[in-house]
Amino acid sequence: MTQQPLVSVRGLRIGAVTDAGRKVEIIKGLDFDIHPGEIVALIGESGSGKTTTALSLMGHCRPGCAITGGSIRVGRHDVATMSESARAHLRGTEVSYVPQSAAAAFNPSKRIMEQVIEITDIHGLMPQAEAEKKAVGLFRALALPDPETIGTRYPHQVSGGQLQRLAAAMALIGDPELVIFDEPTTALDVTTQIEVLRAFKSVMAAGRIAGVYVSHDLAVVAQVADRIIVLKGGEIQEEGGTDDILHRPAHPYTKALLAAFEPVPHVPAARGKAPDEAPILQVEHLFAGYGAVRKGEPDVKILKDVTFRIERGKNLGVIGESGSGKSTLARAVAGILPAYRGAMKFDGAELRPDLQSRSKDQLRRCQMVFQLADTALNPAQSIEAILSRPLAFYHGLSGRAKAARVAELLDMVHLPAAMRHRLPGELSGGQKQRINLARALAAEPELILCDEITSALDTVVAAAILDLLKELQTELGLSYMFISHDLSTVEAICDEVLVMLKGEVVEQLPAARMAADAQHPYSRLLISSVPQLDTGWLAGLDRTG
Amino acid sequence: MISVLRTSPRPGGTGPSWRFNWVGRIGLAMILFWAVVAIFAPMIAPYPIGEIADWDYFGPMSGQFWLGSDYLGRDVLSRILVGSRYTVGISLAAVFAACAGGVILGMVAAVMGGLFDTLLSRLLDAFNGIPSLLFGLVVVAAVGSSIPVLVLTLAAIYLPGAYRFARALSVNVNAMDFVTVARARGERTPYLIFREIFPNILGPVLADLGVRFVFIVLLLSGLSFLGLGVQPPNADWGALVRENIEGLSLGAPAVIFPCIAIATLTISVNMFIDNLPKKIRDRSE
Repeated sequence: MTQQPLVSVRGLRIGAVTDAGRKVEIIKGLDFDIHPGEIVALIGESGSGKTTTALSLMGHCRPGCAITGGSIRVGRHDVATMSESARAHLRGTEVSYVPQSAAAAFNPSKRIMEQVIEITDIHGLMPQAEAEKKAVGLFRALALPDPETIGTRYPHQVSGGQLQRLAAAMALIGDPELVIFDEPTTALDVTTQIEVLRAFKSVMAAGRIAGVYVSHDLAVVAQVADRIIVLKGGEIQEEGGTDDILHRPAHPYTKALLAAFEPVPHVPAARGKAPDEAPILQVEHLFAGYGAVRKGEPDVKILKDVTFRIERGKNLGVIGESGSGKSTLARAVAGILPAYRGAMKFDGAELRPDLQSRSKDQLRRCQMVFQLADTALNPAQSIEAILSRPLAFYHGLSGRAKAARVAELLDMVHLPAAMRHRLPGELSGGQKQRINLARALAAEPELILCDEITSALDTVVAAAILDLLKELQTELGLSYMFISHDLSTVEAICDEVLVMLKGEVVEQLPAARMAADAQHPYSRLLISSVPQLDTGWLAGLDRTG
Repeated sequence: MISVLRTSPRPGGTGPSWRFNWVGRIGLAMILFWAVVAIFAPMIAPYPIGEIADWDYFGPMSGQFWLGSDYLGRDVLSRILVGSRYTVGISLAAVFAACAGGVILGMVAAVMGGLFDTLLSRLLDAFNGIPSLLFGLVVVAAVGSSIPVLVLTLAAIYLPGAYRFARALSVNVNAMDFVTVARARGERTPYLIFREIFPNILGPVLADLGVRFVFIVLLLSGLSFLGLGVQPPNADWGALVRENIEGLSLGAPAVIFPCIAIATLTISVNMFIDNLPKKIRDRSE
């Protein structure tokens, strides 16, 4: 290319010092260029340094980190050596940033318009009236509903997907040459993600704006990026055009990323079944909700008339978008949220709706694993204490027998035994989720309710967790109720799938024939919204959705 | 900037090392100093507490009376040393009683919720509405002043505040998934509050304890100032300030030094609590 690149990074090194005084190198000498109008994706697992690299283009480092070497040239400026006030001048006008969680990036007590045009005010770019007019134009370009009036609302009055697009409008208002997107669609569900990606892509193409797109989701990256840089451990593993990377990966890590995306079809566990064996869980006409209870019914009714059964050794997937009542269903089965009507049977015996009236043995046999391992593990207890408690509580183990069993559980989830001395905060996301699972296994359950356990993890780690679940199933004869909004995950592990919409079951299908057999329009929409590893997928989608 | 140092240079071993900065160390040293003084006060005090040793009143600092003499010609140093027993002892006992009671009730209210929480909260709110000095006056007037009565009164006055604070923190922790997990396992309230919730609210609770300690020292001094605290000839530091207040216009050390003693104790308690030693945990090991 004859054109001068917009951004060129040479030998970038970023380091940090831990509180024990040890120096850690996070980024170990990166070189890359971004040309005007080009979108470059940085992908890699968590901890690979992709966000650190992207933020450094604005000259920003997270607290405790510092750029220790190399040069970053953006346009005419050398960001690495600039003073902080000169960097502040650059931000917003030449380089801007779209954060992962737009909900956390907006001030909830100010109107959207004020916040979107704040950049023009800070840099004194244009009068307010003109800025507002420009913002409305951007809202229209980003396909937001009611572009004329949406700016007068407060952040909580628009949806998550709309807020993410508004955050993009905020980034674009100062006419930057480079926009950094930091996993902007990770927190959105599949149907919303499509609209947001489409809006980003058209605005960036129309303005010939260069972009850096940070993500761990290869399928999303395939839709927006021109070029992909694969990072691992602070080093570039592979760099190339999107098509090249997707179809001709060279580096083993890239291959692993791609392989993790291919769902491995689930092979049902083959086991002899006694003809009169009761299903492990049977749920009939279940109703549940939140809020004050009046006349035996809660104020906010979530689940309506849910009926299903899980056979012993089989897995049931529950899918639906956020707010469809998937998690509520798991909570009602676990007894955390008592159902107000309906019947449940566990292994043929009646399962009472509330925790207090269930026997300790029933509690032991049905365990729940939560979505966010960060909040599901007590940050003040060591891993050993976390895993020991169910052993002492359900099985009365103590002393050496307990310690031996903790080591065995850690081994079961493929973690080293030395890990037992650590606190949860010292583990990675995938390790925490394994501990979370090990705690459920400590009870020796027969049914595990998995509430979106892979959603917060990146593709490679999530695939490893799924493999672990399958392995444990064959070893221990478990059954899973697997809740997810990610269809490929459900496909990889479940025998049957329950599609939920607004608290009701709209369809129950065998997982293997999900795409072919789905009848309900909502099931079909969900299935068609899953991004494919194909650069033309987004453009090829039916625009009317 | 506060200088930071490590207590043991890491030899690459497995034992955790601790980080404890100078501000915290100075605070701890002052607290220990006053604790030692309180324990050995009768032995190190140069004069008996009630003895009129000086012919002059509000005497200056001298080789005979290191911190001068008070309004009756008694030795101020001896009175401060012995007074430390009352100020440190009563205040510490009261602050631990108030915080232990308040924090436990707060955690139980957060975990149980419902009617128990509502009733307890409203009751303690109502109690909180009574002015603290007035409440102290009424109690002491009714049952007389003795050390157990003072400890219990001071604890009762500061319990609702500790309760409110601990409950607000516990409600947040209670909503976390790990508490739900424990609940779903079938755990009872004592386990939930002591193992799941308490370790996670400990930091702010300790900070609160430090502030509350200062309030209690000041309230005890206030009660003594009104003549309702420790009874003569003994006196806590607050009482020493009160009885010598007339010396203020004379610039007598008898009124200055008890004030300095109160200040050093309360400030050092807060310096220590805000800078507790921290264990250094390093992820890669």
